[in-house]
Amino acid sequence: MKAARITADGLYRAALGGAAALVFVVVALIVFEAARGSGLSIRTFGLGFLTSTEWDPVSEKFGALPYIYGTVVSSALALLLAVPLGIGSAVYLAEIAPRRVGAIISFVVELLAAIPSIVYGVWGFFVLAPWLRTAIEPWLITHLGFLPLFRGYPFGIGMLNAAIVLSIMVVPTIVSISREVLLATPRSLREAALALGATPAEAIGVALTAARPGILGAVILALGRALGETMAITMVIGNTNRISASVLDPAATMASIIANEFTEATTPLYISSLIEIALVLFAITIVVNGAARILVYWATGGRRTAAALA
Amino acid sequence: MSRLVLARAAGHINRRAIWSRIVIAACYAAGAIVVLPLALIIWHLLAKGLPALSLSFFLEMPKPVGEPGGGMANAIVGTLILVGLGALFAVPIGVGAGVYLAEFGRGRFSSLVRYTADLLSGVPSIVVGVAAYGLVVIPMGGFSALAGGVALGILMLPTIIRSTEEMVRLVPQSYREAALALGAPRWKVTQQVVIPAARAGIVTASMLAVARAAGETAPLLFTALGNRFWSTALTKPIASLPVFVFDYARAPYDDWNRQAWTGALVLVMMVTGISAVLRLTVRRVAQR
Repeated sequence: MKAARITADGLYRAALGGAAALVFVVVALIVFEAARGSGLSIRTFGLGFLTSTEWDPVSEKFGALPYIYGTVVSSALALLLAVPLGIGSAVYLAEIAPRRVGAIISFVVELLAAIPSIVYGVWGFFVLAPWLRTAIEPWLITHLGFLPLFRGYPFGIGMLNAAIVLSIMVVPTIVSISREVLLATPRSLREAALALGATPAEAIGVALTAARPGILGAVILALGRALGETMAITMVIGNTNRISASVLDPAATMASIIANEFTEATTPLYISSLIEIALVLFAITIVVNGAARILVYWATGGRRTAAALA
Repeated sequence: MSRLVLARAAGHINRRAIWSRIVIAACYAAGAIVVLPLALIIWHLLAKGLPALSLSFFLEMPKPVGEPGGGMANAIVGTLILVGLGALFAVPIGVGAGVYLAEFGRGRFSSLVRYTADLLSGVPSIVVGVAAYGLVVIPMGGFSALAGGVALGILMLPTIIRSTEEMVRLVPQSYREAALALGAPRWKVTQQVVIPAARAGIVTASMLAVARAAGETAPLLFTALGNRFWSTALTKPIASLPVFVFDYARAPYDDWNRQAWTGALVLVMMVTGISAVLRLTVRRVAQR
C-alpha cells in the first residue's frame, strides 16, 4: 500500500489530531517569543545578567539576581507555611473527617483556588498589610528582633506579607492532591497497622508513607504555582530591587518586576531584559512542573488531570 | 476495655496514645486554619465591597478623580469581550484536541500532547502575557483587545483539553459499540453519538476554564492594557475588570480604593459563582 487511501474516517481523525498538535505549536511559540525577545539582553549582558544586582533603567544596566532571590525566597517561605498545614488538613479530610464533611470542605478549598489572584492581592494590601504593620511585625521586632530575619521596620508590605498571601494561594493545590493521593492508598494498609497495635496516628503515618511520592508531587506543583504567581505578589511585596535577610523588608520577584515595569519600559534593552526575566521564569517553572507532573502521574496511576489541578 | 488496661500497664503505650491524640488534634487544627483565610477574604469582600455595589456600578462609566460614584461598565463589557475572544480561540481547538485524546489517544503522540498540555497549564500567566506581546502586540503595532484575547485563550486551552477528554471518556463504551454494530463509520460514531452524549459535560467543563480566565490580570497588563473610556474595538486597548481593580487598588484615592473592593467582589461573584455552579454540575454529570 503505497499511498494511504483518503477516507472520511482518516480526515476526521486528522482534523482532531491537528487540533491536538496545536498544543505543541502554542508552547513552541511561547518559547520562541520569549527567546527572540530576550536576544538583545542576552547578547548585551550574557550570563552576568543572572548574577548582577544592578537594575538601573537610566544607565541601562540590568541584572536579575534580586528578583530571582525574591522569587525563590517568597516561594520557599510560602511552602514552609503551606506544606504542614496543607498535609495536615489533607489528612483530616481523607482520614478523620466524616465523608460528607470531607467532601464539603474539599469543595470549599477548591473554590479558594478559583478566586482570582488580584483579589488575594487586594486583600493582602488593604487587610493583611495594616494588620501586619500594627500588630504582628512590631511584636516580631520587639521579641525576635535579635534575629536578622526580623530586623527592620514594620512596613506591612514586604516579603512576609507576600509569603503569607502566597501560602494561602497554594494551599488548595496541596490539600486537594494530597487528599486524593491518600484516598487512593489501600485501606488495608491502615487496617494492618491498627491490627498490629499501632495508634490511629501511627496508622495514618503508614498511609502517608505510601502516599509520599504523590504528596511530594503536590508540593512541587504548588511550588510551580508560587514561582509564577504575579498579581497578588506585585501588590504586597513592595517591589524594591534589594536583597535583604529580613522578611520584614520589601522585595520583588521575577513576575512582579515584569508586571510592574513592562509598560513603563521605554528602551529596547529595558524591554528585552524584562523578557529575559520571563524566559528564566518560564524555564524554572517548566522544570519544576515537569518533575511534579511525573511524580503525580506515577503516584496516582495517571488519574489526576490538568482539569482538576488547574 | 482491654486496650485501656494495656495502655495503663505500659507507660510507653500510654505515651504513644497521647502522642496519637496530639497528632490527630493537629490535623483538626490544620483543617480549620486552611478554611479560615477563605472565610476572612469572603467576609472582607462583602464588608468592603457591598456598600458601593449598586446598579450604577454596572451601568455607568468611571468618573474622574474627585467625583464620587461612577461605575465600571466599560471594564465589565471589556472583560466579556476579552473572555469571548479567548474562548473563540481556545474552545474549538481545545474540544477538538480533547475528543481526539479520548477517542483516538492511545499512542505516544497522545501521551506527549497530554504532557504538553499539563506543562502549558503550569506556565505562569505573566509569561503567556509576554509571549502574546511578542506575537500580537508588536506585529500589530500597539496594545489591543485581540492580543488580550489571544493571551486568555492560551491560558484556557490546557484546561479545556483535559476536561473535555475526561468528559468524553465518561460516555459508556456500549454507545460506541451499538453505533458501530449498526454500521456507522468511526467518525459518525464520534461526531453523532459520542459528542452529543458528552455535550453537557464538555460545555460545563469549557465554561469552567473560561470563567477562570476572566479573573486573570497579569496577561492583560501589556496586551489589552486597559482603557478609561468606552471601547469595543478589537484593535484598540480595552478595559477589563481585573486590570481596573489593580489600578484602582493602587491609586492613592479612597474613593477609588472603595471601588476596587467592589470590583473585586463583582469579579469573585462572576468567577467563583460560575465555578461553583459548574463544578456541582460537572460532578453530577460525572456521577451519572
